[in-house]
Amino acid sequence: MSTPILFDLPGPKAKARIRIGTVIGVLVVLGLLAIVLLRLDGNGQLDPARWAILFDPNSGVPQALGEALVRTLQVAVVAMVAATVLGVLLAVGRLSDHRWVRVPITTVIEFFRAIPLLVVIFALYFVLPAFGPDLSAFAALALGLTLYNMAVLAEIFRAGILSVDKGQREAAFALGMRKTQVMTQVLLPQATRRMLPVLIAQIVVLLKDTSLGFIIGYFELLRQARSLVEFLNFNFGNIYTLQIYVGAGLLYILINVLISQLAKLVEKRTRSSARAAGAAAPALPTATVSTGNNSGL
Amino acid sequence: MQFFVDNFDTLLRAFLTTLSLSLLAGVLALVLGTLLAAMRVSPILPLRGLATFYVELFRNTPLTVVFFFVIFGLPQIDTVVSFFPGAVIAVGAYTAAFVAEAIRSGINSVNPGQAEAARALGLGFGQSLREVVLPQAFRTVVPPLGSVFIAMVKNTSIAAGFSVTELSSTLPRLVNADAGALLLVLLGVVVGYMIITLPMAFAVNRLERRVAILR
Amino acid sequence: MRLTKYAAAAAAFGVVLTGCSSEAGNQAEEQADNTVAVETDVEFEAGTTMAEIADAGTITIGTKYDQPGFGLLNPSGVPEGFDVEIGKLIAAQLGIEPDQIEFVETVSANRESFIQNGQVDLVIATYTINDARKELVDFAGPYYEAGQDIMVAAGNPLGIEGPDDLAGQNVCSVEGSTPAENIRTNYPEAQLTLFDVYSKCADALTNGQVDAVTTDNVILTGLVAGNPDGFELVGNPFTEEPYGIGLTLGDTEFRDFINDVLEESFEDGSWAAAWDATAGQITGTEAPEPPSVDRY
Repeated sequence: MSTPILFDLPGPKAKARIRIGTVIGVLVVLGLLAIVLLRLDGNGQLDPARWAILFDPNSGVPQALGEALVRTLQVAVVAMVAATVLGVLLAVGRLSDHRWVRVPITTVIEFFRAIPLLVVIFALYFVLPAFGPDLSAFAALALGLTLYNMAVLAEIFRAGILSVDKGQREAAFALGMRKTQVMTQVLLPQATRRMLPVLIAQIVVLLKDTSLGFIIGYFELLRQARSLVEFLNFNFGNIYTLQIYVGAGLLYILINVLISQLAKLVEKRTRSSARAAGAAAPALPTATVSTGNNSGL
Repeated sequence: MQFFVDNFDTLLRAFLTTLSLSLLAGVLALVLGTLLAAMRVSPILPLRGLATFYVELFRNTPLTVVFFFVIFGLPQIDTVVSFFPGAVIAVGAYTAAFVAEAIRSGINSVNPGQAEAARALGLGFGQSLREVVLPQAFRTVVPPLGSVFIAMVKNTSIAAGFSVTELSSTLPRLVNADAGALLLVLLGVVVGYMIITLPMAFAVNRLERRVAILR
Repeated sequence: MRLTKYAAAAAAFGVVLTGCSSEAGNQAEEQADNTVAVETDVEFEAGTTMAEIADAGTITIGTKYDQPGFGLLNPSGVPEGFDVEIGKLIAAQLGIEPDQIEFVETVSANRESFIQNGQVDLVIATYTINDARKELVDFAGPYYEAGQDIMVAAGNPLGIEGPDDLAGQNVCSVEGSTPAENIRTNYPEAQLTLFDVYSKCADALTNGQVDAVTTDNVILTGLVAGNPDGFELVGNPFTEEPYGIGLTLGDTEFRDFINDVLEESFEDGSWAAAWDATAGQITGTEAPEPPSVDRY
């Protein structure tokens, strides 16, 4: 934190002020927490019997949530693999010397980055059947995620490739390597190593985006949560709604936190090896048209 | 074709809804995000903790889940919001976390020497922030902030699943239309979003180039 | 590391709660069961849909997953309800066991396209027969007569007695459903809020985000059952909604077959048994008189 630089080390008056501020801050935070908890309790939401449903195998809820989590991961893995492969191809294509390759690929990339992922998914699920194949919710979701993320990953890989020291490229050409060899044997491996943390962060984004599947009926975690709530509502009244949604939300957060921790771990490892190679971590480039999504949204 | 013409004003109204949703959520996100960024660099520990918790929470939660909680969860603590305000709150609160991160990284990117020099010159906290740190932070902050807001506009599409008649919601409603009309509507939706995102992207690019420091 | 502390806390919490059991878990065993006798020796004319399905040994039925009493998905991933039971009856006559039926969710807006695209063999999903739909799909049945009605907050604070009282009020229904179209066409002064599923309407009514919910009375009864202190049914059905079984346009043999199966079930009590096990549990009343099948 650079904060101590913005102001002198606090003297006695400042320390006192900070202490007062801290006390007030703690009171405010506790106060907000208390209000929330009191209201929850007033509606009977804190009853442990309600929360038990998340752990009670007889109700079928934990199994259902678990299976839905698996379905979420399935579509995420498929989309991630496909998006990575296509992303690399697009990135290389965008860096091509041939204009007839570069321009269409750039258009494709910028197109998919400019429109919402939900529109892509809706188009695949509701509009495509009128023209051709019918896609199941899984296929529409997986394909939508792939198309969208391949564009994002293409930009990430391109940044990585561009950030590799020019000397590497020149040396490779000097050794007589052809363009393809230079790309596949010299540039891509180094680029991937550098962009690994960003790539893993993109997995988190992709996982969060799987929840869009609920809108087209794919039974991922959120959709499953809603279905459980409807069933339980009907049979037992509105007593499990909040609990199930909190359970589903926590599962998402848990998975994402785990993956983010993995990303940090990988970043630490690559940083130490990158230091040995004497390189600085590259910043993501702004494309000809920067349409966002490098920020993990 | 007739179908498209009949539904054109639905599209137009939906576009305006998306636009207003984006603007309102954007303002909320900017204000709340700046506040959170300030809290994250403040010397008061509970504020820092609260802000960090908020940011980490929203970064790891899908926006759809946030929507669920705002529309269907808040009533459990006796706060009922109707759909459009709920969408503004959900998108705004979610984006605020990313705005805070962008601003914080901007502040952190300013060379510490600058702040030290400001202190050495005798400038106070407020003055050094205002005159030295923030103007330089602004340069670094523009591209990621631009990204964040463009992504936010795209994220407003999620409100379609929560009864806000914005652009994306027009697609499933017109599912039984004939192929040609459906394609036109899709085109209309895509163009609608691009009308908002492409100019934003160009503006960010221009602004970034203007404030860039050639090194 | 931070993560292990959180993990340990969560695990401890979970262990404590696995000791407790929930009401839902305890009652999960007590679901009413309706066994259907499956025909073992079935033979159909070659080339008919029935023969195809019987040979395949499986049938794909589209139903609702969110309509209490008619088609509601349980945590094990299988829908339960009256529509499901009717489906089982038909499948039984094709020699297909209930667990060989593949159920697919069909929401109101995509019922026709699923039939037309062949994604399902039948749609049994509180599917009202009307002339506009008859141009796209064929209907067997009806197998039940419902009526459009209105659900309001308990105590009926706005004094809504019928659809005319909906003028200027916020009324909720589902995209692509007949009740929604009815309101839109015949009662345009009502403010229509549309969702993709009824549960969102129910939530919206609970939260005061809408003033009323309108759809078929049986669906509303299911929603009221989920919140008897919060909701009430106005109780004045103002339309007739015959529920039919949707199938491919022009498949007259299949339609006749299903109509035969339905008529038989009206006679031999299996229709009434299906009702008692499912929708009858909500209303608490005896099975009504079965409708007469419409062979158009």
